[in-house]
Amino acid sequence: MKVMAAAFVAALIIAFCAPVVLNQFGWSSAEQGSSPTSVRLD
Amino acid sequence: MNIKLLGAIVIALATLLFNPAWAKDAPAVDRTATGGAQTLEDIMARQQKLKVDDTFRSGNLGDPANAAAITEQLGTRGGVSDSDVWRGIRYNESDIKTQARGPAADVLIQDGGMRWYQLRKGPIITYGGGALLGTILLLVVFYFVRGKIMIDGGPSGTKIERFKAIERFGHWLLAGSFVALGLTGLITLMGRSFLIPVIGPDAFSALAVGSKWLHNNVAWAFMLGLVMTFCMWVAHNIPNKLDWQWLRAGGGIFTKSHPSSKKFNAGQKIIFWTVMILGVSVSLSGLSLLFPFEMPMFAGTFGVVNSILGTDFPTVLTPHEEMQYANIWHSIVAFTMMVAIIAHIYIGSVGMEGAFDAMSDGEVDLEWARQHHDLWVAEVEAKQGKGDST
Repeated sequence: MKVMAAAFVAALIIAFCAPVVLNQFGWSSAEQGSSPTSVRLD
Repeated sequence: MNIKLLGAIVIALATLLFNPAWAKDAPAVDRTATGGAQTLEDIMARQQKLKVDDTFRSGNLGDPANAAAITEQLGTRGGVSDSDVWRGIRYNESDIKTQARGPAADVLIQDGGMRWYQLRKGPIITYGGGALLGTILLLVVFYFVRGKIMIDGGPSGTKIERFKAIERFGHWLLAGSFVALGLTGLITLMGRSFLIPVIGPDAFSALAVGSKWLHNNVAWAFMLGLVMTFCMWVAHNIPNKLDWQWLRAGGGIFTKSHPSSKKFNAGQKIIFWTVMILGVSVSLSGLSLLFPFEMPMFAGTFGVVNSILGTDFPTVLTPHEEMQYANIWHSIVAFTMMVAIIAHIYIGSVGMEGAFDAMSDGEVDLEWARQHHDLWVAEVEAKQGKGDST
């Protein structure tokens, strides 16, 4: 059961890290908000 | 009639509902009376869901060469009427200039969007939701008819290692993220119809934003889990003759026998390949949706399908149409996966005594293993006899 819990936590960590990592490559589609360089009009 | 054959026919006919490319062509229409404009027959044909050749409209965009002189009535219109202008916009034939930039910025009208919207809020929810509920209902009935599959003679009390920690980690990474994706996907698809009337728009807004965030970002964990499980288990999931024998015996589910099997039986192999093939497909369509307009893949795919099957799928798609096809395909594949995984969860938990142990702590009862994976146990014992670990 520890492995199962570890995998679930890992999935959440990946989810939280994904937008940050993607942003490093200029891929910010998963980002929710606006920034001075990326303004969402919708 | 054979009930399996009837089921196959029903499924085949149901697929036609999703396939406008196979709609019947409308009969040729004489438009001389309207000067080439659409007629009542055209309108009636569309209402009857017949396939109408729209080139008489999409190509009728006015002719500046025939424009009235500037001194005549309507001369400043340059030979293009309001209708011509709107047709040009509708069929994406006009030279649109916009201040907004982006691959879809110059598409001002995309009427195919209505077909997507109707399909998404209608058949996708109805058939997809029905498939999920139907599967759950069938499993409940099956449980009460067949009962839990027990270990014949009871557990031996001796354990054998079934899956290593890294295998279980990959499995639960894939499973946990899939459940999260499934639930958040259902909230996104069905929330407007089923949740807003219950919890109201304000509460649903917060739930929908959270669901979208989790769906977009936990998808990467799903893809990692998919790669991990593929690499770890593909060698054990290559089909062989034994699988045919296992399938002919129905896995022993109804006969209460135990057909021979190695590490994975034919049923598990079907689940494995279903998850792998559909998992890749749902990931690709998901990436297309995650990076809007940057990964169009349906026009090219349709071109390949047409060349192989001789079908008539559209090979020129607007950016929005690409996204709409990706969205519909994503939903269909996801529902198919959910149906398969619900059955997998059933047999791996309440449906079979001792099965969950394999993925919870990695060890199963030796008697369970001998009854369901006898050849695998023999392999493991032979290796242990030689001093190898499992």
